[in-house]
Amino acid sequence: MGDREVIVSINHLKTYFQDSKGFGKKRIIRAVDDVSLDIYRGETFGLVGESGSGKSTLGRTIVKIHQPTDGKILVNGQDIATLSGAALKKFQKSTQLIFQDPYASLNPRMTVGEIIREPMVIHRIYPMRKEQDERVAELLQIVGLKPDHILRYPHEFSGGQRQRISIARTLALGPEFIVCDEPISALDVSIQAQIINLLKRIQKELGIAYLFIAHDLSMVKYISDRIGVMYLGHIVELGDSKEVYGKPLHPYTQALLSAIPIPDPDAGRGKKRIILRGELPSPINPPSGCPFRTRCPYAMKQCAEERPKLKEVSGRLVACYRVG
Amino acid sequence: MEQSSEKMADILSDEIRDEDFELLDESEKDSEFVAVKGKTYFQDAWSRFRRNWLAMISLAFLFVMIVFAIVVPILSPYTYDGMDFAQINALPNASHWLGTDRFGRDIFVRIMYGARISLSVGFAAAALNLVIGVAYGVFCGYVGGKTDLILMRLVDIIYSVPILLYVILAMLIFGSNIFSMMIAIGISSWVGMARLVRGQILFLKEQEYAQAAFIMGASRARIMFKHLIVNCLGPIIVNTTLIVPSAIFTEAFLAFVGIGISLPQASWGTMANDARSLLQTQPLQMLWPVLAISLTMLSLNFIGDGLSEALDPKKR
Repeated sequence: MGDREVIVSINHLKTYFQDSKGFGKKRIIRAVDDVSLDIYRGETFGLVGESGSGKSTLGRTIVKIHQPTDGKILVNGQDIATLSGAALKKFQKSTQLIFQDPYASLNPRMTVGEIIREPMVIHRIYPMRKEQDERVAELLQIVGLKPDHILRYPHEFSGGQRQRISIARTLALGPEFIVCDEPISALDVSIQAQIINLLKRIQKELGIAYLFIAHDLSMVKYISDRIGVMYLGHIVELGDSKEVYGKPLHPYTQALLSAIPIPDPDAGRGKKRIILRGELPSPINPPSGCPFRTRCPYAMKQCAEERPKLKEVSGRLVACYRVG
Repeated sequence: MEQSSEKMADILSDEIRDEDFELLDESEKDSEFVAVKGKTYFQDAWSRFRRNWLAMISLAFLFVMIVFAIVVPILSPYTYDGMDFAQINALPNASHWLGTDRFGRDIFVRIMYGARISLSVGFAAAALNLVIGVAYGVFCGYVGGKTDLILMRLVDIIYSVPILLYVILAMLIFGSNIFSMMIAIGISSWVGMARLVRGQILFLKEQEYAQAAFIMGASRARIMFKHLIVNCLGPIIVNTTLIVPSAIFTEAFLAFVGIGISLPQASWGTMANDARSLLQTQPLQMLWPVLAISLTMLSLNFIGDGLSEALDPKKR
């Protein structure tokens, strides 16, 4: 992290959905509620949280699948909501997303060559077919596949290989920032390490920044420079990866990290596991004040009154009244 | 085992280092490689279709039927309306292969002439289905929202009007000929296709590969044609093959009750109706058109079933 140049800046982002089921008044689902964070060029920002915490929605809002309800996302200093024409094309080239499920993210009717060539065709980067084919072969090489796989169909590949194809497609446009939306959680454990190593190697060689969304905490720890912990649409703790894992400050982060299984029985015996009671509250009707107070073992009267703001505590941001 | 669990504990409890992960060497990279010969989707489907002998026999039967329907009325010395009063109600013989009817008309030629009408009504209905139904369904499914809601209610209205009304209206406008039958059956049957395609597109547009194309900046037309329509070709093809027999049956039924093409033109339905009065004395005259209707419908249904099995990769 030499230059610390911001590539993606998210300011007070809110992404709400309307639940239109049934009659009566429409309910609002607050999937992402007032999130601010910066991602620096070339770094990996890990985003963790349980299912339904809004981390995928956040990632998909950055690539414009979802429209933000409020707030701004700046990529390379430009507000992505107002992009059009050449600026929009530039944004599409610079920002990509890797999907979780490698079985659903590749069109079953296209060959591997067609899949990887598609972004080049859309953006007309290589006008000559020969150049496109060379670039496809080069990309396949980068992700560890053979150039003669070009004429095969996705169903002929295993999950890990499909995820490599998917990565090759995102690299085709030479992106600066990739949202990795749980790219390994649908894969075998043995394959997960391969894909993680591949992503790290690509980052080292091409200097791409990642927003790495996952719920596998040990993998996030391995790959991330900084970590954000999301709960019910809010960031509750944000800081350097080693520091957050070494000494979690927010009670939710503490509970989350205590859930990482330790395969060694002797080492695991001394560890205290914090068990949270109850379910994740509904984002339709979030609790007043601190979103975590309904399950927090340390909740106080103050927690119900007003939502704690993120404040800086020993070099990181924590949203809790008990800290700092 | 102990060693590996120690290593895991080390990985998880302490700091995770690059050394804990290592790149596999080249020989292991291929260990997850699946050795299947490269086949396109349709090659694969065709090889599965070929294994279904019932569907293959049906396809052969249909092919022979089409060739005969084209060739027989041209080559035969008899015409569909040529009466020969010396040969009334003849049984099958060397010159009249299926015998003659009560006006001495050759039944074989009339059956083949009826095949022309039945098959062309069937295929025309299928073609109308394909064009209107698919376009309408894709549009509704892709655009969605209020437009979809309004357009689908229109489909409900069209669906709720009985087919007989369309036939009578079409005959008022175009006269009682084969063309009005095609129009009427086509108009009343495309709504099923539109609903099917809309449902498919609604499902497919949420698929991640369609979203991936959107993120890449693909145009709407590109997503529609390259990612959505190609992926619902299977159900579209199957539905089209199943529309043909139902249209043929509708035409035959309407002709039997006296609506549709006018005499002396031969349709399987009118022939069956003609033979009704002689059912007790000349049952064979009833048998031929009925056989033609049932065999054609059966074979088309078998082809449809065979296709739906062949085009569904999950049934491999």
